Amino acid sequence: MCRIGSIKCRYPVHPSMALKLMLPQQEGHDNSGFALVMQDLEGVFSHYKDKPLLSLACTPRGIQLVNDYMETSGFTQAAEWLPDVRPRPGMRIEAMPRYVFRNYDYPEIYRYRAPAEREELLLDTRLALRSLLDAENAGYVYSFWPDVLTLKEIGDPADIAEYFGLADDDGRLCARNIVAQCRQNTNYGIVRYAAHPFFIQGYTLCANGENTLYTRNTEFQKSLHRGYTGFESDSQNLLYSMHYVLRELGWPVRYLKHVLTPLPAGEAATRPDAEALGIMRESLSQLEINGPNAVIGLLPDGRMLALCDAKKLRPIVAGANGDMAAIASEVCGLNAIMPDRDVSRDIYLNERQTLVIDNDMETKQWLQ
Amino acid sequence: MAAVMSQDIGPGDMPWRIWHNPEACLACGACVATCTFGAIYATLPLPLAGHAEGTGPAPAKPLIRQKAGTANACTGCGMCAKVCPAGAIEPKFNPDNRWSLVARKNGPIKRGGRSALPMPRTLDSIVVGRISQMTDPALDSERHTFDLRAPLGRVLLPRDIPLKTNGDNLLISGKTPPVRWIYPLIFSDMSIGALSTRAWEAMILATAYLNEQCGMPVRMCSGEGGMPQKLLESERIKYMIIQIASGHFGWNRIIAAMPRMKADPAAILIKIGQGAKPGDGGLLPAAKVAPHIQAIRGVPRTTLHSPPNHQGLYSIEESVQKMHLSLNAAFGFRVPVAVKCAASATSVSVYNNLLRDPYNICGGFFLDGIMGGTGAANAVSLDHTGHPIVSKLRDCYRAAVNLGLQGRIPLWAGGGVGLGGDAAADAFKLICLGADGVFVGRLLIQLLGCIGNEQGRCNACNTGRCPTGICTQDMRLVQRLDVDRGAQAIVDYMLAFDAEMRKLMAPVGNSSLPVGRADALVSTDRAVADILGIQYAC
Repeated sequence: MCRIGSIKCRYPVHPSMALKLMLPQQEGHDNSGFALVMQDLEGVFSHYKDKPLLSLACTPRGIQLVNDYMETSGFTQAAEWLPDVRPRPGMRIEAMPRYVFRNYDYPEIYRYRAPAEREELLLDTRLALRSLLDAENAGYVYSFWPDVLTLKEIGDPADIAEYFGLADDDGRLCARNIVAQCRQNTNYGIVRYAAHPFFIQGYTLCANGENTLYTRNTEFQKSLHRGYTGFESDSQNLLYSMHYVLRELGWPVRYLKHVLTPLPAGEAATRPDAEALGIMRESLSQLEINGPNAVIGLLPDGRMLALCDAKKLRPIVAGANGDMAAIASEVCGLNAIMPDRDVSRDIYLNERQTLVIDNDMETKQWLQ
Repeated sequence: MAAVMSQDIGPGDMPWRIWHNPEACLACGACVATCTFGAIYATLPLPLAGHAEGTGPAPAKPLIRQKAGTANACTGCGMCAKVCPAGAIEPKFNPDNRWSLVARKNGPIKRGGRSALPMPRTLDSIVVGRISQMTDPALDSERHTFDLRAPLGRVLLPRDIPLKTNGDNLLISGKTPPVRWIYPLIFSDMSIGALSTRAWEAMILATAYLNEQCGMPVRMCSGEGGMPQKLLESERIKYMIIQIASGHFGWNRIIAAMPRMKADPAAILIKIGQGAKPGDGGLLPAAKVAPHIQAIRGVPRTTLHSPPNHQGLYSIEESVQKMHLSLNAAFGFRVPVAVKCAASATSVSVYNNLLRDPYNICGGFFLDGIMGGTGAANAVSLDHTGHPIVSKLRDCYRAAVNLGLQGRIPLWAGGGVGLGGDAAADAFKLICLGADGVFVGRLLIQLLGCIGNEQGRCNACNTGRCPTGICTQDMRLVQRLDVDRGAQAIVDYMLAFDAEMRKLMAPVGNSSLPVGRADALVSTDRAVADILGIQYAC
């Protein structure tokens, strides 16, 4: 079983904080990888927040393919950060030859285009790079979005952290939002794209769970949006559903839960908004999930959300200390990074709950 | 001495032979009185040469003999055995019969029932092979809440539904086509006329009971033959799906009753074809057109042939525009209008066309497979025309997936559901393959007591002489059917069906119907697995 966690903080925090959140939860998962998405970056990226940041793990050939494509497409490199990797004999890590984090300037013709058009360009570019790299098995592109960095690797989380120097809080790499996970998807073959968190157009999601309606979700999502690809993990369905409901349909956050785990028919019928819920369920029944799940989501505007499924209830708990809030599978993770918080205010999510933490550290909760 | 003539029909030519034991026979005559086909008669043995013992001849034991010929053929219904207090009589299948040859002297063989050609059941080579265990635990079929609900009505794509954001809320900002969320099993279309009034009454009684006492929103389809006036004008019309077929039988009364309807019907079902006899219209032999049937249908006593086509519909576009639109309009766009077709090699193209209909007015596609039943058809149609339901349903579902339109026009599958008695297993597998729900007909009359089967027993639904009182309008025969006990048998079966559906949903970990979840199934037949796109297992 996976363990997931996220941190949201008024001040930028270093990935070591995420590692501190995750490592106490190590008992109970197989330590097969470490992945994180950071949003609202500071440190080396602080001057490039409006420039899309490409997160890439690849071979030298991969770099060449990416360079060629980006040049042809009119993107110009604005900045680059290469992690100072520290290999040590005996480390459990299946490192890729190159890790590249680059900010780009938009192509000339996109400089004055509407944000929505730029967002489509970024998605198309990531999809194009992915297919180029896939064709030659030359690497992985995880995200291409302003102010968002993704790092994923296979191996022991502590070794991965050491390899990338994540344990040193040197101020170069930090962010106000971090979503992390310490396991590859071990159900099937180990694939880097199958590691949470997943990302599309500013939406990040990681989940601990199984989605028994994977086939039904996937078959429908493939026709909903060109960006819904991959499907290496059944949790990607959750990301795409979140993206579709919140971005494409533009619905308020609280309705995501109604789409993923609708109320039983008898109960929904007694609600004042029964008709709207009915229409919603009819139309989106292919996006229902039916497995055990705990979900953490990070939205483009920085809001962080958590919810779980309606029946099998994978654990998830949220806590805060005023400046920092965190969500984790197990409370021991929260204790490690916020020992001083008021534990009586911790929130253990239930089957009807959606929790949202906004950028002012205020929490909002809805019951279905 | 009698001379044998080759063309004579003898008992040995008949499909069923009557076995009678004169030693055990009580000579009560019940068997002869019970046989609705007049297939047997009582006689005395020929006197044998010999001498009497005692004061006079011993009384001769009567013999029950079978009539030979096509007019009074034994159908094997077994009512004689059922009524016999001594177990002295029984019909036995005659494997050496010449029936398929001799019975055609009066024209094509007509009968009711299902296809009788031996056909392996695809559904029996499929099992639910994906069980939730360990990290994804199974649900508890007794304690969890399960939503056994299926849509009937046109479902819009999410980008087209009229919901507008208002702060943290979504408000409805326009109209959507009517969609009913009903039980995923529909009592299929068997008309008053094909069925006796009592049999039909037992079905609607069971329907009402299931809705009002058991919380199961089961819907029943009228069949093409109208409905009693009282039902048309009762609240309970909401449980009914009213069928319109090519003969439009009963619609004069339905239209007349519309201003007085207290509720909307559940749906309207346009019957284009049926699986038992695709390309052929309904058939109600004159023997069954009793005075009350004449009144409901507004016809004289004559054999009622519905045309094979809806006159005036020459294309799918016309079907959508004329018929769907006018029926939608007739009920104020408040009632879903669905269409029923026989499964066919062309079903996918029909479904594709309906899915692309820009008016959003087709609310369901009912696909009826070759193993569907009928009250009367030419045997050649029953046995040799039609299309198995399973692969065609799957094809239609996958066609919808390819268009990104799955679930927009609900798929309902029938034609042999419950053929082996396990309707829940059949329904669950069809749902996993893409059906939103299933419909059953023959199963219901079997629950009422019909003894017809696919091995040629009875299936005399077309004769008006149904020995169980289910498919006849002869009031003496109808008396054999106890309405309350019949309804109870259907209710009991449906309650078991409901529990069994939960028993199938729980292990795959789904609390709502796993429509299209083909990954939950495996097949032990490689060819079946390949064509359906499911795992092969051995």
